[in-house]
Amino acid sequence: MTREITANARLSVDGWVTAGALLIGAFYATLTAARTEDPVMSVHAYIFAGAFILGLFGIIKAYFDNSERLADQPAGTSIQYNLDIIKAGVIASVFWGIAGFLAGDTIAFQLAYPDLNFDTSFFNFGRLRPLHTSAVIFAFGGNVLIATSFYVVQRTCKARLPGTFAPWFVFWGYQLFIVIAATGYLMGATQGKEYAEPEWYTDLWLTLVWVVYLFVFLGTLWKRQEPHIYVANWFYLAFIATIAMLHIINNLAVPVSWTSSKSYILFAGVQDALTQWWYGHNAVGFFLTAGFLGIMYYFVPKRAGRPVYSYRLSIVHFWSLIFMYIWAGPHHLHYTALPDWAQTLGMTFSIMLWMPSWGGMINGLMTLSGAWDKLRTDPVLRMLVVSVAFYGMSTFEGPVMAIKAVNSLSHYTDWTIGHVHSGALGWVAYVSFGALYCLVPWLWNRTQLYSLKLVSYHFWISTFGILLYITSMWVSGILQGLMWRAYNDLGFLEYSFVETVEAMNPFYWIRAIGGAFFVVGALIMAYNLWRTARGDLRVESRSLPPEAVPSPVAAA
Amino acid sequence: MAGTPRKDEISGVDTTGHKWDDIEELNNPLPRWWLWVFYASVLWSVVYWIAMPAWPGISDYTKGMLGYSQRSIVQNELAAVKASRAEWDQQILNSSLEEIVKDDTLNQYALAAGKAAFGDNCSGCHGSGAQGGKGYPNLNDDHWLWGGSLEDIHTTIAYGIRSTHEDTRVNDMSAFLRDEILEKSEISDVAEYVMSLSGTATDAQAARRGEELFVDNCVACHSEGGLGNRDLGAPNLADSLWLYGGDKATIVQSISYGRKGVMPTWEARLDPVTVKALSIYVHALGGGE
Repeated sequence: MTREITANARLSVDGWVTAGALLIGAFYATLTAARTEDPVMSVHAYIFAGAFILGLFGIIKAYFDNSERLADQPAGTSIQYNLDIIKAGVIASVFWGIAGFLAGDTIAFQLAYPDLNFDTSFFNFGRLRPLHTSAVIFAFGGNVLIATSFYVVQRTCKARLPGTFAPWFVFWGYQLFIVIAATGYLMGATQGKEYAEPEWYTDLWLTLVWVVYLFVFLGTLWKRQEPHIYVANWFYLAFIATIAMLHIINNLAVPVSWTSSKSYILFAGVQDALTQWWYGHNAVGFFLTAGFLGIMYYFVPKRAGRPVYSYRLSIVHFWSLIFMYIWAGPHHLHYTALPDWAQTLGMTFSIMLWMPSWGGMINGLMTLSGAWDKLRTDPVLRMLVVSVAFYGMSTFEGPVMAIKAVNSLSHYTDWTIGHVHSGALGWVAYVSFGALYCLVPWLWNRTQLYSLKLVSYHFWISTFGILLYITSMWVSGILQGLMWRAYNDLGFLEYSFVETVEAMNPFYWIRAIGGAFFVVGALIMAYNLWRTARGDLRVESRSLPPEAVPSPVAAA
Repeated sequence: MAGTPRKDEISGVDTTGHKWDDIEELNNPLPRWWLWVFYASVLWSVVYWIAMPAWPGISDYTKGMLGYSQRSIVQNELAAVKASRAEWDQQILNSSLEEIVKDDTLNQYALAAGKAAFGDNCSGCHGSGAQGGKGYPNLNDDHWLWGGSLEDIHTTIAYGIRSTHEDTRVNDMSAFLRDEILEKSEISDVAEYVMSLSGTATDAQAARRGEELFVDNCVACHSEGGLGNRDLGAPNLADSLWLYGGDKATIVQSISYGRKGVMPTWEARLDPVTVKALSIYVHALGGGE
C-alpha cells in the first residue's frame, strides 16, 4: 500500500501518511466494533482502534516535541544510526521470550498433570499451546530478528534506517499483531493451521507490517555506503522475503463476512495439508534458520574478533540452503494421503539439505579457529558457539527423521517435539541470548555486562534444562512409537492408545522440570540485562578485556 | 570498506578484502569433505528418483523402476492379516459364545482380539484396566446392571444402553425433584433410607420416614429392600458399590434429577466377530457369570 512511499519519504510525508492511515484505521476499527455481532471481532476491533489512536497520539507528541527521533540525517560525517528502535526491540524480545517460555512450561506441566487445565476453556492446553508456539517463535524470535536485522543492516551498510516513523510502525505494528494473535487464541479464534493459527484480519495486518519491514530493510541496503552486501543481510533478506510469500499463500482465506472473525481457507484436503507444511517447514527454514543464521554471521565473528571462516562457503551454502529448503515440506506428510512422488521429493530434498545446513555450522564454528581460548573466559561466546553446535545437531537429526523408514517410527511422537526443541532452545534461543548479551552493553553504552558470572549460571542452568528436555523426549518418543507399532503373535495391537499415554507420563514430568530450568535461566538473563542497562557492574574476579566489547559508534 | 586482501596472521590464510563493521572474511576454499558429502547426497537422491515414484508431469508422474506404491503395500498387508485370521474369524462367527469359551484355542484368540478392541474402543470410558469411573461401570467385578452372562454382555455391547439402536437397552430413572414427584425434604429422607440399606445412614428417623416413600416410589424397579432388578437395569442399592457415588449429596442428586448414562451401540461400528470377542473378553475380566 502507501507504505512503500513511507519507507523512502522525508519526515513530513512519512509522518503525515502514517497519521492519516492510523486515523482511517481507527475509524474503520471503531465502525467494525459497532457493527459486529462476533464477540472475538468486537474485542479485536476495540484493541485495533485503541492501538491506532495511541499511535496517533505518539505521532502528534513527536511532532510537537520535535524530538531527536524526528530529526532526519544529522549534519556531519558520522552516521546517526537509529538505535532507539533496537533498544525497544531488545526489551520486547526479553519480555516476550519469558512470556513464551512460561506458557511453554505451563503446558508441559498440563501434559504431565492434566488437572492444571482447571476445566476452563481459556487456559486449557488446546488454546495455550498455540499461545506458546506463537509467543516463542513469532513474539520472541520475531522481535529478536527484527531488532538484530535493523542493527546489523545499519552497521554493515553504514546507513541509517530510512524513514522516521516506518521503523516504529514495523515495531509497534508487530507488537499489535502479537497481542491480537494471542488474545485470539485465548478466545478460541483459530484457523486450525499449525503456526498459522491467527484469523484472516490478523493475517492482513501482519502482511501490511511485514511489507513495510521489507521496504525499511531494502531501503537501508539501497542507501548503503559499502560496495558489497554482507552475508548476514542475505540471510535476513531471504528470511523477510520468503516469510512474506509463505504467509500470504498459506493464509489465503475467505472471511465469512467483514465483521466476522471466522474464515475458510481456500485449499482443502491434501492440497491444504501440503500448502500448510510447505509453509510450516519453511517457517522453520526461513524464520528459524535463515533469519538466525543472519544473527550468527554478525555476532559470532564480532564476539570472537575473528574473520568469517570462508566467504565461498557462505555463498555456496546460502544458495543451496535457499534452494533446497523450499522443497522439503512434504516430509511432514509421509505415509498420508500425499502422493508417493511428493513424499519422495520431500525426503530426498531433506537429505540434500543436510550439507547446505551444515555449511552454516562450519562457518560459525571455524570462525573461532584462533580464538578457541575465548570460550573459557567469555560465557557469551560459549553460548553462541553451543547454539551453533545445537544447530548442527538439529540439522542432522532433521534429515534423518525425514527418511521415510525413520519417520514411520518418529512421526506423531514426542521425538518430533524433542527435535523441535533442540533447535528452538539450543539453536534459536541460545543464538538470540548471545546476541542480546552483546547488544545491551553496546546499545546502552556500557563497557560490559553487569555480570559474566550470571551469564555462566544462565548457560549451565539452561543447558541442563535443554538436556533434560531433549533426552526425555527422545526416550518418550521412541517408546511411544515402538508401543504404537507393537503387535502380538496373533496380529493384534499389543497396547491401547491410552496405555501409551500412561507410559509417557514420567517423561512429561522430566520435560516440564527441564523447561523450568530453562525459564530460570532466562529470568537470570533478564535481571543481568536490566542491571547492565542501568549501568551497574558487578565486581567479579574474571572480566573481559575492554577490546572484546566493540563500541556502537566508533566504527562509523 | 572494500580493500585489498591481507594475510590473516593466525590462520595464514588471505582475507577477501571485504570489511563490514570490522568483520572480515577469510578466503578459505570449501571444505573437501563437505563438498563430497553434498555431492553424495545429491547423487543418492538421483538414484532414489530413478528407483521410486518422484517427479510430477502434467497429468502423471515418474513411477520409478521398483514399482513402489504405498497404497498397494498397505492393501497387501491388510489383506495378508485378514487372510491369516480368516479361519479363526469364520469359526468364531459360526460358533455360539459358549462354544467359543469351551474351545481353548478359539477362546485364546477371542481374548486377544477382545483385548485389542477394548483398548481402542472401550477404554476411553471404562478405563484401560476396565476399572470404570464415575458414571462408567467397573467391568472387573461381579456387579452387573444388565446381567453378566455372555449373552447379556453381548446384548449390551451390540445394542448399547439408551443408544440409537432400536433394540437398545433402556430404562428411565425418574427425576423426582425436577418432575415434582417428591419434595426436597422427602428426597433427603429417601436418600437416608437408601444409605441405611448399606449401613451408612446417619439419621435413623429420616431413614424410617424414607422407607415409606421408597416403597411407594422406588420398589417397582429397585425391588423390595432395594436389591435391584437386572431385567430393568435397576441397580442394587443395598450393596456398597456405587456407579455415581454413595455419599448423600450424590444420592440426592441421583434421585432429584435421575441418571441417564449412555453406552453407544457397537453393532454398526464393529464387525460381529469383534463384538463377540469383546463379549468374551469382558466376561473373562473377572465378573462373568
